[in-house]
Amino acid sequence: MNQPISLHTQSYDQIRNNPKFHQLVQSRSRLAWSLSATVFGAYSLFMLTVAFAPQWLHQPLGEDTLLTVGLPVGAAIIVFSWLLTGWYVRSANTRFDALSAQILKESQQ
Amino acid sequence: MSPLRALGLAGLCLLSTSAFAAPVIVAEKQPLNLHAIGMFFVFVLGTLAITLWASRQTRSTADFYTAGGGISGFQNGLAIAGDYMSAATLLGLSSLIFAKGYDGFIYTVAFFVGWPLITFLMAERLRNLGRFTFADIVSYRLDQTRIRTFAAFGSLTVVCCYLVVQMVGAGQLIKLLFGLDYPVAVVVVGALMLVYVIFGGMLATTWVQIIKAVLLLAGGTTLALLAMAQFGFSYEALAARAIDSHAIGKAIMGPGSMLADPLNAASMSLGLAFGIAGLPHILMRFFTVPNAKEARKSVFYATGFIGFFFLVVITLGFSAIVIVGTDPQYFVGGDLRGALIGGGNMVAMHLAKAVGGNLFLGFLSATAFATILAVVSGLALAGASAISHDLYATVFKKGQASEKDEMRVTRIATIGLGLVAIGLGILFEKQNVAFLVGLTFGVAASTNFPVLIMAMYWKGLTTRGALWGGCAGLVSALLLVILSPAVWVTVLGNAKAIFPYDHPALFSMPLAFLVIVVVSKLDRSARAEQERAAFDDQFVRAQTGLGAAAASAH
Repeated sequence: MNQPISLHTQSYDQIRNNPKFHQLVQSRSRLAWSLSATVFGAYSLFMLTVAFAPQWLHQPLGEDTLLTVGLPVGAAIIVFSWLLTGWYVRSANTRFDALSAQILKESQQ
Repeated sequence: MSPLRALGLAGLCLLSTSAFAAPVIVAEKQPLNLHAIGMFFVFVLGTLAITLWASRQTRSTADFYTAGGGISGFQNGLAIAGDYMSAATLLGLSSLIFAKGYDGFIYTVAFFVGWPLITFLMAERLRNLGRFTFADIVSYRLDQTRIRTFAAFGSLTVVCCYLVVQMVGAGQLIKLLFGLDYPVAVVVVGALMLVYVIFGGMLATTWVQIIKAVLLLAGGTTLALLAMAQFGFSYEALAARAIDSHAIGKAIMGPGSMLADPLNAASMSLGLAFGIAGLPHILMRFFTVPNAKEARKSVFYATGFIGFFFLVVITLGFSAIVIVGTDPQYFVGGDLRGALIGGGNMVAMHLAKAVGGNLFLGFLSATAFATILAVVSGLALAGASAISHDLYATVFKKGQASEKDEMRVTRIATIGLGLVAIGLGILFEKQNVAFLVGLTFGVAASTNFPVLIMAMYWKGLTTRGALWGGCAGLVSALLLVILSPAVWVTVLGNAKAIFPYDHPALFSMPLAFLVIVVVSKLDRSARAEQERAAFDDQFVRAQTGLGAAAASAH
């Protein structure tokens, strides 16, 4: 599996020195890490509430309902974190991939 | 770590799992269910036809391990969902909600939340850096021999534990639903798995998983709709009647006793969330698509399907509290406070019979059987690729194995794994299945995941650091499980557990990371210098996909 490394070393060097590459890396990791932090943060907050303030999740949603706050909160974590994956995949498949294709093209010149 | 020691550890893991012989109610054999058997027969015929077709497409090792990289993002999304939504998720989670209410919901969220993290941090790097196994990525710039040996045994440990879970579940389920003897059921599952994997490779396995995912999504959704119809499609009405029906009343609508201990909750949540990212059969699916773009798409679709299905399962669990929980015909001796017929895991099946009659029960039974087949096939393929690609071709033959030999070894390895799965499945008949899932995830989160993520993201990682850290994670996870209440008290008969929590990840996972970092930092060898220097090229490939394995042309 080490073969491709030597094969592409020159292009790799060239790409690394391309300012667009740094732009790609920066914007991708900014998005990826902040979305990860959002999802993991929300999940941790949820688990902390479960552990330390479970009564908060037991509260009724309204005046005359038996549904509790915990139900929409749990479902929202699933739905919103899925929507965030959609956001990441869209950015990566359009913006980042276009930039990446540009960088690769420039490295072949 | 020497191969022998690693083997010993893998064996230890299996032994420790057999120790969870908690008082499980063993399923009663039921009269032959002809609807279920008929529908399952149709499924088997269809998938065997696909296997025949796939065997004609499968020529090279790339075809065998990754279906030539020719699976589309949407197909792979369904297949990942099919790989992940095991019978344990349908039956186990709905039963957990049936028994504990909202606590089961928390488990469900924990089982889900790893997926977004895989999307953001791993999907594209997996595809850009890997080819057949996740060991490709870990050993990309590290010592091929030692790292691959370690990664292969990490994979095999997880694969074997999870295979046992699936086989035991399969045996119980089929005995109950189809009226077959337990050993017969286990042998049927093992034999079909062997046929799919040996002849059809990844292509057949993928299609078995896709079909099964569609069946499971359709079956689960129909069941939820039929059940909700009894409450006028009102969650309010469902909640009111569930509270009335359940022994603990209003307490089912919020967190209860199961996760009252904060550290136990934290440990479970870490293990489940990061364990997904260390399951070799899931990671392997990312190599079946043509490029990083499709890899991202596939995990987006998979996450959607899994999230949707989990919400369906939650609805099923709460509906069952009312529909199954108040109907004496589903309880042993008609005693509503007693045990469920067929054991605690049969809630979704009883619900199917209650709202859809015998025909629908037959359909869902056949789907559950198909589910197990799809998951064990994926596991067997992941295990076989670890043996043939990592251990045989790279470690033993130093990359000089011919494609033909590698294929032969793969097939032998698959047969070996199949026999092991059948044997252990029969041996561990009376075992608590749900708990083993937790163990599998604990080991995956503390061994495979830390090494993999550090190999992708941390320049400073060295071979020595990866080995020491991975071993620290593996050993500590296993030790903590042995010292936990489930083994130390229940099995070994001690008065008090030395490790008070059920899940090891909160301690074993950070330990693995810590050891990786410290040992890598202290590593001053020349080899370590080279490994750090090689990160820059790996980083460019990870970001741009330049040099990534291409899809083979068909």
